[in-house]
Amino acid sequence: MLSLLQQSHSVLNPSSPQTRLIDRLWDAMYFVSAVVFVLVVLALLLSVFRRRDSEAAETDPGQERSLTTAVSIATALTVLILFGFLVYDVAVGRQLTRGLGKDALQVRVIGHQWWWELQYRDSVAQNWFTTANELHIPVGRPVALELLSTDVIHSFWPPTVSQKRDLIPGKDNSLWLQADTPGVYRGQCAEYCGQQHAKMAFLVIAQRPDSFASWLAAQRDTALTPTTQPAIRGQEVFLASSCVMCHAIAGTPAGSRIGPDLTHLASRRTIAAGTLPNTRGNLAGWIVNPQSIKPGTRMPPNQLKPADLQALLAYLETLK
Amino acid sequence: MSAAAAPVPQPPPAYEDQERVRRELEQTWAQPPGLWHWLRSVDHKSIAKRYIVTAFIFFVLAGLEAATMRAQLARPENTVLGPDAYNQFFTMHGLTMMFLFAVPIMEAMGLYFVPLMIGARNVAFPRLNAYGYWVYLCGGIFLYLMFFMNTGPDVGWFGYVPLSGPEFSPGKRADVYAQAITFTEIASLVGSVELIVTIFKNRAPGMTLNRMPLFVWAMLVQAFMILFAMPWVATATQFLAMDRLMATHFFNPAEGGDALLWQHLFWFFGHPEVYIIFIPALGFVSSIIGTFTRRPVFGYPVMVLSMIATGFLGFGLWVHHMFATGLPQLGESFFTGASMMIAIPSGIQIFCWIATIWSGRPRFTVPFLFVLGFVVLFIIGGFTGVMIASVPFDQQVHDSYFIVAHFHYVLIGGAVFPLFGAFYYWFPKVTGRMLSERLGRWNFWLFFIGMNVTFFPMHQLGFEGMPRRVYTYLPETGWGDLNLLATIGAVTIATSMLIFVINVVRSYRVGLPAGDDPWGGETLEWATTSPPPHYNFEYPPVVESRSPLWDTTGEMPVVTGLRTDVRDTLVTTLLDAEPDSKHRHPNPSIWPLLSAIATTILFVTLIFTPWGAVIGTPLFLLALLGWGWPRGRDKREQQLVESEA
Repeated sequence: MLSLLQQSHSVLNPSSPQTRLIDRLWDAMYFVSAVVFVLVVLALLLSVFRRRDSEAAETDPGQERSLTTAVSIATALTVLILFGFLVYDVAVGRQLTRGLGKDALQVRVIGHQWWWELQYRDSVAQNWFTTANELHIPVGRPVALELLSTDVIHSFWPPTVSQKRDLIPGKDNSLWLQADTPGVYRGQCAEYCGQQHAKMAFLVIAQRPDSFASWLAAQRDTALTPTTQPAIRGQEVFLASSCVMCHAIAGTPAGSRIGPDLTHLASRRTIAAGTLPNTRGNLAGWIVNPQSIKPGTRMPPNQLKPADLQALLAYLETLK
Repeated sequence: MSAAAAPVPQPPPAYEDQERVRRELEQTWAQPPGLWHWLRSVDHKSIAKRYIVTAFIFFVLAGLEAATMRAQLARPENTVLGPDAYNQFFTMHGLTMMFLFAVPIMEAMGLYFVPLMIGARNVAFPRLNAYGYWVYLCGGIFLYLMFFMNTGPDVGWFGYVPLSGPEFSPGKRADVYAQAITFTEIASLVGSVELIVTIFKNRAPGMTLNRMPLFVWAMLVQAFMILFAMPWVATATQFLAMDRLMATHFFNPAEGGDALLWQHLFWFFGHPEVYIIFIPALGFVSSIIGTFTRRPVFGYPVMVLSMIATGFLGFGLWVHHMFATGLPQLGESFFTGASMMIAIPSGIQIFCWIATIWSGRPRFTVPFLFVLGFVVLFIIGGFTGVMIASVPFDQQVHDSYFIVAHFHYVLIGGAVFPLFGAFYYWFPKVTGRMLSERLGRWNFWLFFIGMNVTFFPMHQLGFEGMPRRVYTYLPETGWGDLNLLATIGAVTIATSMLIFVINVVRSYRVGLPAGDDPWGGETLEWATTSPPPHYNFEYPPVVESRSPLWDTTGEMPVVTGLRTDVRDTLVTTLLDAEPDSKHRHPNPSIWPLLSAIATTILFVTLIFTPWGAVIGTPLFLLALLGWGWPRGRDKREQQLVESEA
């Protein structure tokens, strides 16, 4: 979580080609609007406070004519400015939707109440794997996202690296993004999706190609079989409790896809969809009483014996 | 309706006649005191006053909801409201502001002032008017009762499926949402029919369409927009109710339905809705500017055409609410063009108002201050509106706090500021007393400053990635400071509202007496007493120009020959307002109230059981039967017909 503090996750601090284009569009619109705003307010103030000849006739035909001219010119300028905006908008829109090369990384994003499932695809089916809430991408390479939802409408929005796009049940959406500089970029669901819409965040982690490649290789592996005592016990606790009703850990019999895949849980920075740093204490609190952290979350409370809980935590910490 | 000889403009009759006429009119149109008569009233003024007071109470409730939400968001991870309560609060805030405050109060201003401005005795269908109010009141009470019982809607005022569908919103909250909208649809459709027919058929002789006050034009355009927009949300909410209660699959993609269909239907209503709220405000602004610059608003034909153009274009923009849904780019570009185009008529009107002020002699009254505030705030909201018409930019800020800032500038700046100006401007007409100008200035400045302190920082919060409709945020996001600032602004707005309420209560009791025409107004409502009598005008006026009160020297010509012992009104032709026929207005009746209660029983029981239709429909039909039961002619009427024969 500390890494989040290192930079501003603002639309105005773009870190990708497409957000940079939009930022430039904003700059232009802001500048023009600010100038026009000042001019109109000046005209308004002047019209109110200008010195008036107390003797003047009530309506002077000459004055009416010059007012007509002024209103016409102002209207014509309005039309011109709007037309300029329109052309610029459409041009930016075209650049944002250009086709992608074949080298694009394919990731499927599935929105759930209230977390993000990420499926990394590959031409070799064995290489597919599933993770949650942290989208790792290589810098400088376009990423093609396939956006789906299995419940309600969500919206994928990491402001510094990409514009947003909705995830709509029954409709396949797509979006491409690309980051220029390595970094951790925060994003959050932008479409109201129910009780915990506020706590449905995610991280986009842009890495240098080599470190991305090693991350990819590690994620493709199944989970290591625990070798030390508390972790062996922890795996037993996991497989014998209600955890397996919803969660999967590749390499074990747990294969349910209702909740986030936990195969490499310990490699993630946050838990509960970007809500808490992934520390042992937070994880324990989340397992025992998730409703106190995210009221309404689909995860039920788990009443484990203290020893079992410690063993489970030890096991989950091995899932690097 | 009986044919009548065309009344001819004549000078007012002699004094003794006037006294007799006044007594008879008073007797014919009177609304005797007492609860029973109050419930039966069909006077457009008392019904519009009820509308305004009720809508203002809902405005206060929605404001309190907003204040509670601002308290929750004042710092990260705050615990004033939990997620469940917060989601009900923001839904209720939106629903109340849109359906129970903004649309009804704008229509109510029209229902009060349109008949006065066009020299009519009442609206065209007075009983229907009463029915509309009662349905609106029942709908509002229903919604708030459910809210107080923790069954308030929590799906947002936009109620997107599938979240509002049967699978993801079990329980009754989403049904309350759908049905509460049905109530207000009926009320607003009733109001729009009233306004259209009244404006087309009840104008004073001589008030041709091109002499109609801009206020009346604004109400006409708004009424037509309601007529064409409301059926879409009615369709959408009925589909939703059927999906939820009868297991249809209009919005269920798994069974061939479409989740985006809801958004198209909703926003095809929802965008015009914004203009339904905003266009009447243009009418208020034109009235106020005309009066306080002592000249007719510059460019009357252009102003009228701009409002009509806004009315048409308002129906061509709905997709800009859906730019993030991944629609084809070519289609989106069309809606960008349309959304930008609507800035042109708005711009023209602002230029015309500035030209009016420029060539007039502005007087710094509180209504005029509110209009100046309106122009400044509305330009800011207008500019951000043009920005989010751009697809790429909107895909960044869509559903972020930038949008919250944008539409509060448009709706508060564009509609609520003119509305408050209108309150100060017409309060003397309605009550006979002036509001305090000193408190009014406090009201204005606190509102203006509070509004900017609350909503301007929200633009930046949107840029920093804060989405709408979140009940809390993490401290790491860095959104805390600006949110605290916004909450301080909200407290300022609340203070200004308190001052307004104090001003109204005090002035109602001890305000300066206003007289008929305290501001030197231009239009006909200032020709009658303050408050106006039940029959509005002793003799319907005859109009010879756009500014009848400024252009008439000496006594205003009037129509004579209408009966005063029965509720006779004059019907005129649509374009030229030539006298056409007489119309006998209905007497007060309890049936509108009973019909509204039957409607309420039907709608509310339907949520819980299909038997609701079996119980409610006969009740409603019975009420209609009572409403339409032939009464026969009264005795005097009978004698008159016989003597004429």
